[in-house]
Amino acid sequence: MTTSTATHVETRTDLRTRIVGALGPATILAGLVWAVVQPWRITLLHPHDQGFWWLFVEPPLLVVLAGLAFHRFVARPLLEDLAEG
Amino acid sequence: MQPQAEMVHWLFATGFLLLSLFLLAEAVVGEEVWRRRAWRAYLWPSFAFAMGVFMWPVMTFFTNSTIHMVAHGSWAQVMMLAGGAELGLVRGKLHSALWRLATPFAFLVSGLAFLLHEQNPWFFQRSAFLHHFLGWTLVLGTSVALLRALRPRWVVAQTGFALLFAVVAVALFCDRDLAPVFGHLSPLAGAPHR
Repeated sequence: MTTSTATHVETRTDLRTRIVGALGPATILAGLVWAVVQPWRITLLHPHDQGFWWLFVEPPLLVVLAGLAFHRFVARPLLEDLAEG
Repeated sequence: MQPQAEMVHWLFATGFLLLSLFLLAEAVVGEEVWRRRAWRAYLWPSFAFAMGVFMWPVMTFFTNSTIHMVAHGSWAQVMMLAGGAELGLVRGKLHSALWRLATPFAFLVSGLAFLLHEQNPWFFQRSAFLHHFLGWTLVLGTSVALLRALRPRWVVAQTGFALLFAVVAVALFCDRDLAPVFGHLSPLAGAPHR
């Protein structure tokens, strides 16, 4: 009974770890897929005669950056806490 | 030098996407693990509050009519209210559970502001469609925010609440200043500039 409960808790923690670990990469992947599907949304690919804001604000890259920032600064410390139990 | 309105929408979309990720992660790991590091407990409320603060310059520099100004001003106010109330609750400065209703209230006001300040029909152009879509998403999403306020530890309500922000982010990323929506573009809207 105790072994079963322990296994159940481990499985839940494992599932949580996988989901939290996947959130950032999934977001990054979504941004990359968007960039491939709509390359004209990446102004850096055709930067000639573009103003500052068109080069600075690129939606698919913003999604990638959000995923990266989340994974690096939120998900990783969270995974460490999950691993500690 | 000023960015176009659609770019500001994309920047806010990034903010909502991050909010969604924070809330989703909290829903997955549970409150106990999420609050194991103090800064994490303050993360989404302070982020929401900051987005409310940033809405003020948007109201000042990007609104071209009174009704737009009122709508953006109301978003700024309710985002700051919701973020501030959640911060107060997390910090323990606010004790009444009624403060939890600040977020559903913010959803309702935001949704109504979207619906009331859009004067064109759904398929006039993309931004009109998105205003209607976001308005109804937030008005109907108020029920999810309310469930989360009443049952804060219910994973379904927490997840639904997080996903609402993801939907808002996707809608804002889709926004263009002037573009067709599902092939519809009213001749009254003008020609797409890009």
